[in-house]
Amino acid sequence: MSAAAPQVTELVTQLLEVVAALAAAPLFLGWVNQCRAWLSNRRAPSIWLPYRNIRKLFAKDAVLAENASPLFRLAPYLVFSTMVVAAGIIPSMGTHLPLVVAADAIALVGLFATARVFLSLAAMDVGTAFGTLGARREMMVGFLAEPALLMVIFVASMISSTTALPAISEHLVTQSLGLYPSLAFTAVAFTLVLLAENARIPVDNPATHLELTMIHEAMLLEYSARHLALMEWASALRLFNYACIGFALFVPWGVATGAIGPLGLALSIPVLGLKLGVAGAGLATIETVSAKLRVMRAPEFLATAFLFAVLGLLVHVLLKA
Amino acid sequence: MAIFVSSPLSACIALLAGWVLLGACGLLRPRSIRFAGRALFTVGALIGAALGALSAWSLWTGVTEQIVLPFGLPDLPFHLRLDTLASGFLLLLGTTSAGISLYSAGYFRQGEGAAPGLLCLQYHLFLASMGFVLIADDAYSFMVAWESMAISSYFLVTTQHRLEEIRRAGFLYLLIAHVGAISILLAFGVMQGGSWQFTFEAMRSAHLSPAWAAIAFLLALAGFGAKAGLVPLHIWLPEAHPAAPSPVSALMSGVMLKTAVYGIIRVTFDLLGAPVWWWGLVPLAAGLATAFYGAVFAAVQTDMKRLLAYSSIENMGLVFTGLGLAIVFFGTGMHLAAALALAATLYHSLNHAFMKSLLFLGTGSVLHATGERNLGRLGGLIHRMPWVAWLSLVGALAIAGLPPLNGFVSEWLLLQSFLFADQIPHAFVSMLIPMGAALVALAAALAGYVMVKFFGVIFLGQPRESALSRAHDCGRLERLGLTWLALGCVALGLAPVQVLAALNRVTATLTGASLAHQTAHWWLLAPVPTREVSYGPLVFLTASALVVALTVTIVRLVYHRRVRHGPAWDCGFGRLTARMQDTAEGFGQPIRNLFQSFFRIERELPTPFDRAPRYRIAITDRIWRSLYEPLGGIVQRLADAAAVLQQGRIAAYLLYSFVTLVVLLALALVL
Repeated sequence: MSAAAPQVTELVTQLLEVVAALAAAPLFLGWVNQCRAWLSNRRAPSIWLPYRNIRKLFAKDAVLAENASPLFRLAPYLVFSTMVVAAGIIPSMGTHLPLVVAADAIALVGLFATARVFLSLAAMDVGTAFGTLGARREMMVGFLAEPALLMVIFVASMISSTTALPAISEHLVTQSLGLYPSLAFTAVAFTLVLLAENARIPVDNPATHLELTMIHEAMLLEYSARHLALMEWASALRLFNYACIGFALFVPWGVATGAIGPLGLALSIPVLGLKLGVAGAGLATIETVSAKLRVMRAPEFLATAFLFAVLGLLVHVLLKA
Repeated sequence: MAIFVSSPLSACIALLAGWVLLGACGLLRPRSIRFAGRALFTVGALIGAALGALSAWSLWTGVTEQIVLPFGLPDLPFHLRLDTLASGFLLLLGTTSAGISLYSAGYFRQGEGAAPGLLCLQYHLFLASMGFVLIADDAYSFMVAWESMAISSYFLVTTQHRLEEIRRAGFLYLLIAHVGAISILLAFGVMQGGSWQFTFEAMRSAHLSPAWAAIAFLLALAGFGAKAGLVPLHIWLPEAHPAAPSPVSALMSGVMLKTAVYGIIRVTFDLLGAPVWWWGLVPLAAGLATAFYGAVFAAVQTDMKRLLAYSSIENMGLVFTGLGLAIVFFGTGMHLAAALALAATLYHSLNHAFMKSLLFLGTGSVLHATGERNLGRLGGLIHRMPWVAWLSLVGALAIAGLPPLNGFVSEWLLLQSFLFADQIPHAFVSMLIPMGAALVALAAALAGYVMVKFFGVIFLGQPRESALSRAHDCGRLERLGLTWLALGCVALGLAPVQVLAALNRVTATLTGASLAHQTAHWWLLAPVPTREVSYGPLVFLTASALVVALTVTIVRLVYHRRVRHGPAWDCGFGRLTARMQDTAEGFGQPIRNLFQSFFRIERELPTPFDRAPRYRIAITDRIWRSLYEPLGGIVQRLADAAAVLQQGRIAAYLLYSFVTLVVLLALALVL
C-alpha cells in the first residue's frame, strides 16, 4: 500500500499540472495584457478575453487554402500537443512527476524546437509572401534562442549535476540559500530568450499585424477557426511554460518536493499563482518600457542572450558556483 | 548458415567477395538497364542486408577473429580481423547500403553518363573496398582497400565526365583523398616503431616515445580528417557531392565518411593504445570549428545537394567533437565519461548514415522528377511527390535533432558527456571545454534552420516553375529504399537502449568502462549510473500521440469538423504569385547578414534603369581563396622550376644519369 500511495499522488500531480497549465495559460496571457493596458493608461480588456477568443474560434467554420497540404492541418495539433507535453515535464507544482523520467530539460528544448519547426513549415506550406517571411524570421529568432536556452539549462545542470528539470529545482530548493553568480547571468539570458521566443515586445509585437515587423502573427495568417484556436492556445501555453521554467530554475521555492501529500500540493497552487501574477506584471513592465527593435536588430538581441548564457557558464566553471 | 556461426569473418569475406563478383557480372551485359541496373543492384541490397545481420550478430557475441589470406605481394599477405569495432561499422555499412542499393536499383537510367554495367562494377567495388577497410589488419591491406575505395568512388563521382565542372570536382576529390592517404601512410610508418612489421598486431605492441606517438596521432588525424571533411580539408565535399549521382552521394556521405571515423578510432584507441589527454583537444577544436562552419555555410546554399554536403561537414564536425571529448576523458582517467562520449560519436555516425543517405536519395528523386538542383526553381512538390516528401521529412526532422527521432539521441548523449567536462583535473581545460557545448548547441540549432529551409523550399509552398506540375513520384524500388532508411531513422530514435547496448560492446572493449548495465527498463535510456538522467522516447512519443488523439477527438466531438476550401487569404492581397515566396537566397539572408565575415560575397545589384533587373549573389568559401589558391600557386612555381631540368635532349639526360652515378659512388666512398 505504502509503495502505491505516492505513485497515485505523483500521477495526480502530473495530471493536475497539465490541466492547470491548459486552464491557466490563457488567463496568464489575459493578465499580462491587462497589466500592459494599465501601464499604458488604456482601459484594460477583460482578463477572460483570451478564453472568449478561443471559444469563438472553435465554433467557426475552418477555411483552408486550396493548395494547403496535410502538413498544414496536422501542424496545429502537433504544436499544441508538444506544448501540453512540455507542461507535463516542467515542475510547476511538484517535483515528483512520472513523465519526467522520459524527458529531461534537453528534451524539453527539443520539444520547443519541434513546435517551432512545425510552425515554420506550416507557415511555408501555403506559399504566401507573409508566411515564408514569418517562417524565416521565426527560425532566425529560434536558432539563437534555442542554444541560449540550452546553455541556461546547462549551467543549472552543472550546478546540480543532472539534466532533469525537477531534480534541478529540488537541488536548488534544498540547498542552503546561497547565491549563484552564474545563475544571475543566466537569469538575464533567460529573460531575453523568453521575450524573443514568445513574440513579446523588443523582438515582436503580439498586438500588431504590420508586415515590416511581425514574426509570429505572420505565420498564423492563413489559419482560421479551430486551427487558429489551437495555435493561439499553444502560444499561450508556451508563455506559461516559459514562465514555469523560469520559476523552476530561478525561484523554485514553494514547489512541493519530496514525497508530496495533498497538503503540499494544495499549498503549491497559490504559490504558483502568486509567482505568475508577479511574473506577468514584470513582463508587462518590460514590454511597456522597451521599444520594438527593428527585425534586423533581433539577432543582436538574441546574440546578447546567448553571450549572457555562455558568460554564466564561464562564471560557473571559474567560481564553481 | 553454418559458416555464420563457426566463422563470421569468413562469412563476411564471402559477402564482400560477393559484391565484387556481382560488380563483375555487370560487365556481362553492360548496356542492359534491366540486368545491370535492376537485378544486380537488388542482389547487392540483399548482400548488404545479410552483411548487416551478420555484423549485428558478431557484435552481439563480441567475436574476435583473425584470418591471413595468401594474397598480395610475397611476404606481405593480407591480414584480416573482425572485432567489435569493425563489426559496429560493418553493421552501418551493411544496413545503410541495403537501403541505398535498393533505391539505386530503381534509380539508374539509360543514357545518364557511364553505362549501367560499368556503374554496377564501380559501385560494388566501392562497397566491397569499404568493407575491406573495416576488416583490414595490416597497414598494407588497409592502404590497398583505402585506395580502391578512393579510386572506385572517383569514377563514380565522374559518371557524367563529359561536363567540365564534374571532371574538376572529381580531380579535387582525388587530390585531397591522396593528400590524406599519404598522411595515413606516414602515420603507419611512424606507428611500426622500428620493428618494420606493418601488421596492426605489431603496431599494438610497439612502444613509441610520447613525441612519436603524438606525431603518429596528428598524421592520422590529418589523413582521416581529409576524408571526413574537417575544416580546412573539407573543400572537396561541396564539389564532389553535387557532381556524383545521388545514390553515390548518399553512399559517400552516409558511409564513406564514416570509414574515416573508424580509422581514427582504430588508430587512437586500438593501435596507439593509450592516448594522451591533450591529443583530444585537437579533434575537439577542429570538430567544433567544422560543425559551426558547416552549419553556417549550409544555411546560405542554393543548390540542394551542396546544402546537404555542407550539412555533412557539420555532422562530421559533431562526430569529431565527440571523439575529441572521448580522448580527453580517456587520457585523464575518466573512463565512464570516455565511454559515453565515444558512444555518442558512434551513435551519431550511425544516425548520420541513415538520415543523410535518406535526404540525398530524396534529392535524387526530386532531380529525376524535375531536372532541377537549384532550390530557387523548386517548390510545392509535396503535392506531386508525397512519398518522397513525407519520407524526406523524417530525414529532415531527424537531422534537425528533434525528438523522438534519432538525431536527437546522439546530440543528447553528446551534451550529457559535455556535462562531465568540469571534472577534468586540468585547470583551464575544464573551463574551456564546457564552452564547446555552446557551439554544439548553436550548430544543432542552425541545423534546424537549414532543414526548414531545405524541406520548406523544395516541398512546400507553390511550385516556382510551371514545369514542376509534371513532376512524378518515385518508383516502387526507390520507395522501398527510402522507406528502409526512414524506418532506420525512426528505429534508431525509438530504441536507444538497445542501440546503446550494442554500441556498448564497442566502447567497452575500447575504453574499459561499460555503459549499459542494470538498466532496469528496456524503454528508458539511462546511460550514466551516477547521475539521474534519463530519456525515454517511447513514453514521450506515446504521451504526445495521446495528446494529439485526445485533442482531435475532443475538438471533433465538442465542435464540428466543417471545412471550406478557398484561395489563400494572404491578408486580402489576392494577387499572389509563386515568385512572391522566399527563395533559397531569401531564406538564408539572416544568416548571411549575421555571419558576413565568413563568406566571400559577390553581389550584383540592379540599377533603377535596368529594363530586366537581375539580382545575383555568389557566396564562396574564403578558405578556397586564402589557402588553396596560394598553395596551388606554390606548387605551380615549384613545378616550373623543376621543369628547367627537362631539356628534351637525350645528351642532357645521359649527363644527369652520369652525375647521379658519380655522386652516389662518392657518397659510398665517404660513408
